[in-house]
Amino acid sequence: MADIKNKKIKRRSQWDEIWRRLRKNTGAMIGMAIVFVMVAVACSVDLIYDYDTEIIAQDIPNRYLEPCAEYWFGTDALGRDVFKRVVYGAKYSLLIGFMATVVSTAIALVLGSAAGYFGGKVDNLIMRFCDIWGAVPGLMLGMIIVSLLGPSIWNLIIAMGLGGISGKSRTVRAAVLTVRNSEYVESARSIGMPEWKIILKYILPNCMSPIIVAVTLGVAADIISASSLSFLGLGVQAPAPEWGAMLTSARENLRYYPYLAIFPGLAIMVTVLALNMFGDGLRDAMDPKLRR
Amino acid sequence: MADIILQVENLKKYFKTPKGMLHAVDDVSFTIERGKTLGVVGESGCGKSTTGRAILRLLEPTGGKVLFDGVDVAQLDTKGMRKMRRNMQIVFQDPFSSLNPRMTVSQLIAEPIIQNKILTNKEDIEKRVAELMETVGLADRLVNTFPHELDGGRRQRIGIARALAMNPKFIVCDEPVSALDVSIQAQILNLLKKLQRELGLTYIFITHDLSVVNHFSDDIAVMYLGQIIEKAPTEELFAHPLHPYTQALLSAIPIPDVDIKEERILLKGEISSPINPPDACRFAKRCIYACEECRKKAPELTEVSPGHFVACPYYDKLVQQD
Repeated sequence: MADIKNKKIKRRSQWDEIWRRLRKNTGAMIGMAIVFVMVAVACSVDLIYDYDTEIIAQDIPNRYLEPCAEYWFGTDALGRDVFKRVVYGAKYSLLIGFMATVVSTAIALVLGSAAGYFGGKVDNLIMRFCDIWGAVPGLMLGMIIVSLLGPSIWNLIIAMGLGGISGKSRTVRAAVLTVRNSEYVESARSIGMPEWKIILKYILPNCMSPIIVAVTLGVAADIISASSLSFLGLGVQAPAPEWGAMLTSARENLRYYPYLAIFPGLAIMVTVLALNMFGDGLRDAMDPKLRR
Repeated sequence: MADIILQVENLKKYFKTPKGMLHAVDDVSFTIERGKTLGVVGESGCGKSTTGRAILRLLEPTGGKVLFDGVDVAQLDTKGMRKMRRNMQIVFQDPFSSLNPRMTVSQLIAEPIIQNKILTNKEDIEKRVAELMETVGLADRLVNTFPHELDGGRRQRIGIARALAMNPKFIVCDEPVSALDVSIQAQILNLLKKLQRELGLTYIFITHDLSVVNHFSDDIAVMYLGQIIEKAPTEELFAHPLHPYTQALLSAIPIPDVDIKEERILLKGEISSPINPPDACRFAKRCIYACEECRKKAPELTEVSPGHFVACPYYDKLVQQD
């Protein structure tokens, strides 16, 4: 039976199936394309622009220029190119959005799967904690944490990450609950598999779909919250070109130079919209009930 | 002296519910001889599956003893239990939900071997998987397929291969064919029979399908609301059912002959609640013969002829009450 490997017929896993369905969804594909471009830009932005000379360097003679061929999005109060700053800002927004979601998801995976799998007292304890945690409005929680730790990008990530725990824990718990009572988990127990291995090998891989959707949509929500906090002056600090912070500085002269607010605002909108379209498409593609 | 492999004594499994204790399995006792099959029948919710799972400690029994080759399974610690699981396996009812959808056929079958370190060499494991696939009749081209690509019969064969992987002596078959098409049911039943002959396995065969147990079991235990109400060798049970419930149950088997007019005993009423049951015959509410005594005291399972046990003290003088 040494030739067993050669007899490999095409593996068609559930992921292939999901991808096939996702491809049919135009909105989701557009969203995914935008997200990919954004991520690519955010990753390479330090190679394209020099932060000190192109992003934060002031050029007072050229301040408040309307959008034109040279300055596509115009220039701001200090004569900086708004287009370059908006492009550079993708780095902050995506970094904060993704990292905050990574933080909250990692904690939520532990809390949610423990609550869902062990049930009873553990479940009660964790979920009541999440209820209390979730009862504090996310923005407020962010403000409290940032004012305690001081405004910086990493503190912002911690704040957003902690704020997302309760919602995601609930998603993970619900997903774990549906898988926990399935017969294949029982079959794992019947061959003597220890609990932690069952959670890692059986439970989590099988409740990935709702978690992935929650993560995708969570990134969008975190980007908005991060921008809101920056707008309130609690997040990324000037002169860094974070979109929310750019909105704040545009606010003073909104009536005369609206384009200073429009372009960063549009950037937030497009990013969040793309993530949401992608997330919604993923949810549809992963829901077996919608299988066509 | 008969060679007893499994002896179950006063097995109990209660579940806490908001309304009180649910007696899913209440004082069930039986023995199985090595190499034989005990069929367990009863309607939905009577505790058949719970009994099987409590024996394997997939559900912790509330009380009672499960002696496997003289060792009380219910008292084993985690480590001892893990070792014991090599001897006692289960084939699940629904092959569509009892296999991890993220694993391929070969991974599924190899898993118990790797988990219990029965073989550690990669080639040995591969060889064993191929051997097991042949034993249960799975074509070797299926090694890398996922369960969702296969039909119910093939999936159930994977489930059986998984159960066999650790060379168990005893297997609980929890309605192994009730989720399958009739044509495939026969194949799987024949496979289970063949394996029993070749490997000397002992089965508990849980089902609600009486025509299936008839062909499959040496003994049959009829369960009602968590208790065994009648137990007898298969032929004896089908020829002389003594308990009113068994009689009603057997009369429900369809006879494939248009000339025979079936006389079905129709049970009235609903199955009574298993939550905090009173000390009375649990079948009394639906029994057409029930008398005052039946509602006052629970009857005991007593041996009325060799190997034939029944939990009805009036089995030989059943008179219909009005």
